[in-house]
Amino acid sequence: MKKLRRILFLMLCIVAGTNAHAVLRIEITQGAGSARPIAVVPFGVEGGATLPEDVAAVISADLQRSGRFAPLAVRDMLSRPQDSSQINFKDWRVLSMDNLVIGRVRPVGDGYEVRFQLFDVLRQAPLNGMTLRTNAANLRRTAHQIADIIYETLLGEPGAFATRIAYVTETSGGDGVRRYSLEVADSDGYNPRPVLNSKQPLMSPAWSPDGNRLAYVSFEANAPAIYVQNINTGARERIANFPGLNSAPAWSPDGSRLAIVLSKDGSPDIYVYDMASRNLQQVVRGLAIDTEPAWFPDGRVIYFTSDRGGKPQIYKVTLATGQTERVTFTGGYNARAAVSPNGKYLATVNGGDRGFNIAVMELATGAVRVLTQGGRDESPSFAPNGSMLIYATKEGARGFLSVVSVDGRVRSRLVLEGGQAREAVWSPYLK
Amino acid sequence: MKLYAKLFGAAIPVVLLTACASTQESTLPDSTSGSQGDSSFGAETLPVQGGSGFQGSPLDDPNSLLSKRVIYFEFDRAEVKPDQRAIIEAHAQYLAANRNVRVVLQGHTDERGSREYNMGLGERRANAVRSMMTLQGASASQIDTVSFGEERPVAMGQDEASWSQNRRVEIVYR
Repeated sequence: MKKLRRILFLMLCIVAGTNAHAVLRIEITQGAGSARPIAVVPFGVEGGATLPEDVAAVISADLQRSGRFAPLAVRDMLSRPQDSSQINFKDWRVLSMDNLVIGRVRPVGDGYEVRFQLFDVLRQAPLNGMTLRTNAANLRRTAHQIADIIYETLLGEPGAFATRIAYVTETSGGDGVRRYSLEVADSDGYNPRPVLNSKQPLMSPAWSPDGNRLAYVSFEANAPAIYVQNINTGARERIANFPGLNSAPAWSPDGSRLAIVLSKDGSPDIYVYDMASRNLQQVVRGLAIDTEPAWFPDGRVIYFTSDRGGKPQIYKVTLATGQTERVTFTGGYNARAAVSPNGKYLATVNGGDRGFNIAVMELATGAVRVLTQGGRDESPSFAPNGSMLIYATKEGARGFLSVVSVDGRVRSRLVLEGGQAREAVWSPYLK
Repeated sequence: MKLYAKLFGAAIPVVLLTACASTQESTLPDSTSGSQGDSSFGAETLPVQGGSGFQGSPLDDPNSLLSKRVIYFEFDRAEVKPDQRAIIEAHAQYLAANRNVRVVLQGHTDERGSREYNMGLGERRANAVRSMMTLQGASASQIDTVSFGEERPVAMGQDEASWSQNRRVEIVYR
């Protein structure tokens, strides 16, 4: 297992090295115990063409990062079939593989045709297979889509690999001036691109449910204001610029409303802003710090952080009645709640004797599990299928992003070269 | 000159605080040497100039409490610590004496805890300083507040020495 991990790590480094745009590096920091063994054989390339991406390596890395699969290292493979007629299932049974993925890439015109097949090794039977059209620029995305199909075929729930993350970076130039950037990248940290640069702090990005817009907080006018930006066109609008805090935007599940935090009446309170009517409705009031709204998937309840009890804890408010109720009781500090897409789990920044870590609470039972041990972990955000969480952590002065499977067994790290990365949020499923 | 006249009321406590802070400072009126001040000034205003040999705005006098522009706080607290009160009072009295002067109180926190909660905490600290200033005679209209939460640390270390420097309100004159 250790060897496998080392090999995978090397493999991933090589993949990263071949991509000039890759500034985030993936490291598997902790292996999986009972993950499903799968072999993704390097895809054949017709006509001897050289591909800009190793499709099989991208698929393997995706599957491993989820914590649900343990992909076989390429060098441990006894054979490398590229076509179903070349498969000797005994080669894979000997290696205790449950599943096998093979494929071929064929250059067609300006692009490629990528064909893959997924097999059940024991039954020697095909489970799924498809041919996808793509081009050089989208080859990684196609590989993520194949990983999603494999994930869903074998586990019965959608994969979340062909998605994106948004996050904030901070770099310090030679002139000593700090620069902030809001970036969007693939879910594995590749293809990062800035959507906003500023010399003032940026914070709290939030994806619209259609995946086309980001709400965020910018200090560009020397005070926090909330903006909504279309990431495809760059067009943006300032939503809130009241005296005091304008902060912590969170989209309602249907995208029609934005929960925001304003302190115009003296202390941070939670409001709901209607995107169409521009109507503003206060939903939480009081002298405490009430902040970090997070919608329950039904759009009727908002979870939020409040220190009304002395220390920050998570509460929830039912919008129809205005009734509030405390939710977290484990740990002296709970903040920055994220509700899982199925509404079953609540992730928080949980503070205690071991610093600040990411904890997940099962809402039905109240059972809490602390998932991370970084001690300076923050900003948890669920993948749209709820299988993984991305969060920000620090080592020394370095801030970076980590992904942890919801069972806590596999963590991978996305390191930004030469700067700080933080406040990552996972996009919804993308069309 | 008008500025100094307005300072008349504020000068006494400043002098007293300065005297407490440093035994080196002479506050004797007759130690003034070559003062360019108006001789019609009350004696009370001269020691500030004479004591430090400083001429110019009292805001720029390194020996004045007004040169201290940062108020420090305990972790996750927004109450002003007793040892920070004198600085706030000096600024409040300066503002009270100079109604055309405006400040921005910038609230900050250390890196621990969640970022948006820290935005609220930074604001609460700035508000605490503002309350104390208005109680001391400054007008609310002279004071703006803004919270930067943990987004603008001054010390980059990950220990109490750095954190204690970052938990602060900065008084910024406009």
